[in-house]
Amino acid sequence: MAEWLWWLSWPFLVGGVFFFIAGSIGILRFDDAYSRLHALTKADTLGLGLVVLGLGLQRGDVRQFGVMLLIWLLVIASGATACQLLARYEREQEDARTSADD
Amino acid sequence: MTEWLVDSGLGLALLLLAAATLYAPRLYTSVVFFMGFGLLMAIVWARLGAADLALAEAAIGAGLTGVLLMGALREHPPRTERAPRPRSLLWAALLPLAVLPLLVEAILPLSGGAQPLPAQVDAQLAYSGVSHPVTAVLLNFRSWDTLLELLVVLFALLGTRQLALSSRHPHPPWPLLLAWCRWLAPLAFLLGAYLLWRGAKAPGGAFQAGALWASAIVMLRLNGLLPTVSWRDWRLRLPALLGVTVFVLLAVATWLWGAGWLVWPPGAAKALILLVELAASVGIAITLALLVMGEDRELRP
Repeated sequence: MAEWLWWLSWPFLVGGVFFFIAGSIGILRFDDAYSRLHALTKADTLGLGLVVLGLGLQRGDVRQFGVMLLIWLLVIASGATACQLLARYEREQEDARTSADD
Repeated sequence: MTEWLVDSGLGLALLLLAAATLYAPRLYTSVVFFMGFGLLMAIVWARLGAADLALAEAAIGAGLTGVLLMGALREHPPRTERAPRPRSLLWAALLPLAVLPLLVEAILPLSGGAQPLPAQVDAQLAYSGVSHPVTAVLLNFRSWDTLLELLVVLFALLGTRQLALSSRHPHPPWPLLLAWCRWLAPLAFLLGAYLLWRGAKAPGGAFQAGALWASAIVMLRLNGLLPTVSWRDWRLRLPALLGVTVFVLLAVATWLWGAGWLVWPPGAAKALILLVELAASVGIAITLALLVMGEDRELRP
């Protein structure tokens, strides 16, 4: 159908891929666990969201787009929860280390 | 061209992950690589159009097996870090070389164009009771294989029980994890039920549903929301054996009064398949959950 929708989708797709690549580099290059988690969740939420938006615009199928949006919501929720849990675990480990040093 | 690039990239990544799994310096790293391998394998199955296999691989191959391996690693940490010896490397290289001709022989005819089997399945699909060819093959034309697969899962559980893992002391769960689990577990049960129902006309079925239900049970148990699950408890043992029991009873019934061993009468095929699928997914769910979580404290009085 609309040619302009197809063109409109590309900035979203490229943006999504950019966040995934940046997130992957971040996981590899950042020093501490918190920064890595930041990189990982940014790729999960923003990257996947942009890709979903781009694909939805390209296909123009409302049902498919709805399903992908639901999946995105699930990934956001699970990513945010997992990130919080990992960060808490890391903090507990740090606390244990510092109290062992004292 | 793009498709070719994606496929060869996936294949290469699979090989790299397999090598990394085998030769990672630490076992923990190997387990993580193995889970990554399972997820990538699921994507490969999806690319090949085998959505049923992709679902099962993601749920069982990556998810539940990962939890199982992590648990085993925690219970029995390796005494020494492994260093691959040249001899074991040699054997690891020789074995695939010996299997390779068999694989090539199996795959080569596929490049020769249309195969006779899909046409045969399509011709009989109307009499199978379901409209999804994979389900028709698994639960009607080749249901004997599926029955044996259920037995394999059950034997795996019995084998694991012989290892007598020590009892676990789960970390007291954080409130956040509990809250998330209370959302996720019902969702997994719902999705499992949906996959089971969908199996008649689209990818899905007993193994996928059972795996999702098992993961929900494992999640609830890991967070202490379920009491201890144990094989000794008959209330668990009964549903664990349900799939195999119903399957065998139906097989005997069709053998005695029907057209033959596991030959469903065409009129009742849909109902029978639904019954077997339901019983099998309950059995698979409980068996897999016990396999991953089973606290066999009772093995050591």
